[in-house]
Amino acid sequence: MSANARRVVVTGLGVIAPNGNGVADFGQALRKGSSGIRYIPQMEESKFACRVAGAPQGVDELAQANFAEDELLAMNMSHRYASLAALEAWRDAGFERPDPDAAEPDWDTGAILGTGIGGMDTTGEKVIPLTDAGKVRRLGSTSVEQVMASGISARVSGQLALGNQVTTNSSACSTGTEAIAMGAGRIQQGLAERMLCGGSEAASHYIWAGFDAMRVLNRESNDAPEKASRPMSASAAGFVPGAGAGVLMLESLDAALARGARIHAEVKGSAINCGGHRGGGSMTAPNPASVRRCVQGALADAGTRGSEIDLISGHLTATYADPHEVGAWSDALGRGPNDFPTIVSTKSLVGHTLGAAGAIESVASVLMLEGGFAHPSINCEDVHPEIAAFDDAIPHQGRDLPNLRTVIKAGFGFGDVNACLVFQKWDS
Amino acid sequence: MDQAEVMERVVKILTPWVKNEEALASVSMDTNILEDLKVNSARLVDVVIAFEDDFDIEIADEDVDSVNKVGDAVKLILEKLG
Repeated sequence: MSANARRVVVTGLGVIAPNGNGVADFGQALRKGSSGIRYIPQMEESKFACRVAGAPQGVDELAQANFAEDELLAMNMSHRYASLAALEAWRDAGFERPDPDAAEPDWDTGAILGTGIGGMDTTGEKVIPLTDAGKVRRLGSTSVEQVMASGISARVSGQLALGNQVTTNSSACSTGTEAIAMGAGRIQQGLAERMLCGGSEAASHYIWAGFDAMRVLNRESNDAPEKASRPMSASAAGFVPGAGAGVLMLESLDAALARGARIHAEVKGSAINCGGHRGGGSMTAPNPASVRRCVQGALADAGTRGSEIDLISGHLTATYADPHEVGAWSDALGRGPNDFPTIVSTKSLVGHTLGAAGAIESVASVLMLEGGFAHPSINCEDVHPEIAAFDDAIPHQGRDLPNLRTVIKAGFGFGDVNACLVFQKWDS
Repeated sequence: MDQAEVMERVVKILTPWVKNEEALASVSMDTNILEDLKVNSARLVDVVIAFEDDFDIEIADEDVDSVNKVGDAVKLILEKLG
């Protein structure tokens, strides 16, 4: 962040995750190291090789308790996840839900809520079958708003009367991380006081099918769902698909202090870049130089040295790339195995929630920062031999970190895109 | 099926889309669907699909244009039911 830029803090958190809905339950699941991965009958029915996933539970009941009947008729799964997480972040930030009949939107508050794939559940269950059957008319009025990429941010803007920029970003698996970096930038520029930022991804076999066909999902743990997501392990055999939403209320420090808001953490710095499918990068693999530049760019923006990082929340999906990623962190931070910060993969607990991953994992990062702990990074008892020297940095059982001050979080996505955030503890 | 029964079912179908609960409480054949009940005009196509499913009838697009009041819908449905 440049010297003159405005400081940005986190004043609200909201989450819908496979191992817990709401920040309180999710926080407890993190502490315990509870897995949210389950057997999914539909994946077997569709002859997936991988038949386990991280799908949030009980969301329809929560949605029915919070949204009007006509709204629910137009809210597919990613809308429900995003709306619930945004409403929780809004209330956590100390705001009341606006009156539906209020005349004025909040011109100073906007949203950047991303998705990797979008309303594929609506496309698969309604748009394609009805269109192919010659029954276009029966799509009714609600299909466009559920399949348009910006549907989730548009939905939330109506629920919360947001009057600043409202948009949806999409950058594959770095989407959620990128949304937070973009929202922080808008506040730093003085263009908004508050931005609800994060990502949402539905639980749908239509979304997961292509990944199964690519053979990047773990097909070897169908009989042991909670053991299936194995980042950093020698037995990692692909990622486990997941779903959910995470939303952070970002706010200018000035606005937060002026209204006496409770501050969870500071967004100290961020960076976004792309490897351009060069130097070893491709549609599906990261250019190592771009990863290093992104991490170092976020550190420079934060004014933080690599030696000051206490905890890494990695991208770490449980593919062949994990050892490369740990090596990239080591290079970028200038920290070898004997001096390496604690490193966790939240995906070991919730799977890879695609466009929501960076957002859910950022909520987890802020909770760890506030609580002074690292959640257990499970299922890597057999740490991968290429990173055996880093084993001490992995909290297999969870770890108290009373002096935790700085967390770095990165997301890397198909398309060779990267985003990185530095969160710092807020000392009131 | 008599008019009262059709009316009851029409109101039930409209209910999820109604934004003015007071107008719904005193709904009559003369109640305007958009102006009084404050149903979002974009959602009328969903209401018509629900009429078709519930009464097992087909409603042409031209017929929809003449539906403004609850009573217009009731009469149209009775006509289609023969």
